[in-house]
Amino acid sequence: MFLKKTKKLEIQIDEYLDLVVKGGLIFKLGIKCYLDNQIESFEKYLKDIRKIEDSADDLRRNIEIKLYTRTLIPESRGDVLGLLESCDKVLNITSETLLEFSVEIPNLPSEQRGDYLELADSAIACLENTVSGMRAYFKNVDAVRDYVTKVQFYKKETNKIAERIKRDIFRSDTELSFKIHTRYFAFHIERIAEQSEDVCDRLSIAIIKRFE
Amino acid sequence: MSVEITIWFFLSSGLFLGWSLGANNAVTMFGTAVTSKMVKLRTAGIIAGIFVVIGSLISGAGTTNTLTSLGGINAIAGSFTVALSVGLSLTWMTRAKLPVSASQAVVGAIIGWNIFTGSPTDLKALSKILSSWVVSPVIAGVFGFILFKIVKNTVLKWKIHMLEIDTYTRTGLIIVGSIASYSMGANNIANVMGMFADANPFGEINVFDVYTLSGLQILFLIGGLSIAVGIITYGSKTMKTVGNDLYKISPITGLVIVLAEATVMWLFTSQSLEKFLMERNLPTIPLVPLSATQSFIGAVIGVGLAKDPQSINFKVFGKISLGWITAPLSAGILSFIMLFFVQNVFEQKVIIPVPYQLTASVIEKLESDKFNTAAITDLTGKRFNSKKEFRNELFSRREFMNQELVAIFNYAIIDSFRVDSTLIDDRFKQNHFTEAEINELKKLHGNEFSHKIDLQKALFTSIASWQKNGNALHDKQFKVKTLLLENTFRISSEKSNKYHSEFHKQTQH
Repeated sequence: MFLKKTKKLEIQIDEYLDLVVKGGLIFKLGIKCYLDNQIESFEKYLKDIRKIEDSADDLRRNIEIKLYTRTLIPESRGDVLGLLESCDKVLNITSETLLEFSVEIPNLPSEQRGDYLELADSAIACLENTVSGMRAYFKNVDAVRDYVTKVQFYKKETNKIAERIKRDIFRSDTELSFKIHTRYFAFHIERIAEQSEDVCDRLSIAIIKRFE
Repeated sequence: MSVEITIWFFLSSGLFLGWSLGANNAVTMFGTAVTSKMVKLRTAGIIAGIFVVIGSLISGAGTTNTLTSLGGINAIAGSFTVALSVGLSLTWMTRAKLPVSASQAVVGAIIGWNIFTGSPTDLKALSKILSSWVVSPVIAGVFGFILFKIVKNTVLKWKIHMLEIDTYTRTGLIIVGSIASYSMGANNIANVMGMFADANPFGEINVFDVYTLSGLQILFLIGGLSIAVGIITYGSKTMKTVGNDLYKISPITGLVIVLAEATVMWLFTSQSLEKFLMERNLPTIPLVPLSATQSFIGAVIGVGLAKDPQSINFKVFGKISLGWITAPLSAGILSFIMLFFVQNVFEQKVIIPVPYQLTASVIEKLESDKFNTAAITDLTGKRFNSKKEFRNELFSRREFMNQELVAIFNYAIIDSFRVDSTLIDDRFKQNHFTEAEINELKKLHGNEFSHKIDLQKALFTSIASWQKNGNALHDKQFKVKTLLLENTFRISSEKSNKYHSEFHKQTQH
């Protein structure tokens, strides 16, 4: 009977992490649509990601309440709640970034289309590996280190791509206001990788507590 | 009425001992579960309380480990004082947040009683304490170390979800804690309440016409409740020392610790396991006197060493170890001082004089044990009405070694046995008495013996198999059988007194 409740909670945690991965995938599609000027599809993806964000929030709260009221995993509860919340921030940033695109409609130079796609891919690779690391934290502690290493690698790659985009913008022959405006979009996407790395830093500490 | 009030007063000392026992030893039952926050203190207290009471009621009556049988304390005021000194010593240790062994404190207090009453102390009991101080933590530490490595590798290999581990650990902690509480109740209730069994103020109570509680069961129920109250009201003190100060216990290490403790206690102190192995001609594990509390602390250290040696606070461990010496020592000193006051200020009898007599068979037995009896042979037939009298007479002859003194007192004590074949019942067959042995016993019907060794001698000569033969199982059964015979054929104290006075008259004539 107790294990049945536990299994249900395990499924909920997995569902939550699925939503975060889905959010990342939608983000990538949304950016692609925006760069291809398919605004209608882009808006549809924005709607989808906001829905996912809401569902993920509800699910996360539900999980947190269960962990507290049933006094589960007392020693790791703080770590798990921290991880879930910081993971939620990653999802929030992906949603917010798409919203920024929708509100501010930045006019990105067409020659940078490839760079932006590469930037989004790299940032979402960070997010996906973070989620894999989170899953491993619950079941297979030994594998967490591999995912953390991958996240650190992709985060550095994301920084490099973002830096390249910003350098290219500021070396172009355009208005300063345009330069400042467009560089923020590289910065927003970069934040996904930054936040993913924060989650992984927490993960690295949390696994030490478990058996070492 | 005044008699009843006195009994209630004496009973309070047993209840206090129960309370202090529960408070000090709660840590070995649910300490790790509570400090790792897997079970709330109140929940742990309630579960432990219930199982302590059940253990006391169901298995408590079977244990012979009473204060009375341990040291021959035969006066209720003596028992009261000894129990009070143990209770005070345990409370002091609990206030200092140090978990100690209750049975060692009991032995310490009994030694205090022995010194006060001039009884020789069996040095074996003392050596048991000394060896237990080292053996218990070492064995449990090794087990804890190995068990932690096994559990860690299993969890990592099987990739069990954190939440499932949590459920298994919680369930494990509750099950092991409940079993520990049950055995705590079963093993200690006799210490707490056994001495009041003869002066039990309770009668039978019918519970809703469904179940009848005997007077003894009510006595044990109250004793069990006092232990439970101790766990709930004051148990958290020692829990904190072990769970936070000595070593920060996590849920899974908590389970490993209690499992290691339980396994060690079962493997090295279980007579039923030894019997099981003997009956199958398998090599037995040597039985070692172990303390649950000391094994528990040893397991904490073992697990700590396996996980991270630097996380153990050895200063706290040193303090706890010091408590293990202080507890029996303080109980002994307190017992001695309080017995003096109870006897001389409150004018209560702390010992009922027991008669001694050296007979030819006693001298013969002492000689067969290779003791020099030259100085006491002329005392044969002389009756001594008290231990003190007998002791003074012995020491006026020459100095005696402790071992000699223990043997002389054991053999020369006047006990009363009458072989009554009508008392032979199913218990004899259950305890491996053969048909031939029972027939030989029946032949001894009506024979009376004033000394234990006379009864044994009669049995030796009439029953060929009635000897120790070096076979561990046979010798163990022999011991149990001897005890059953003595208990069955012993004439009760009232009859015994009458018998003694008649016997005395006859010997005077």
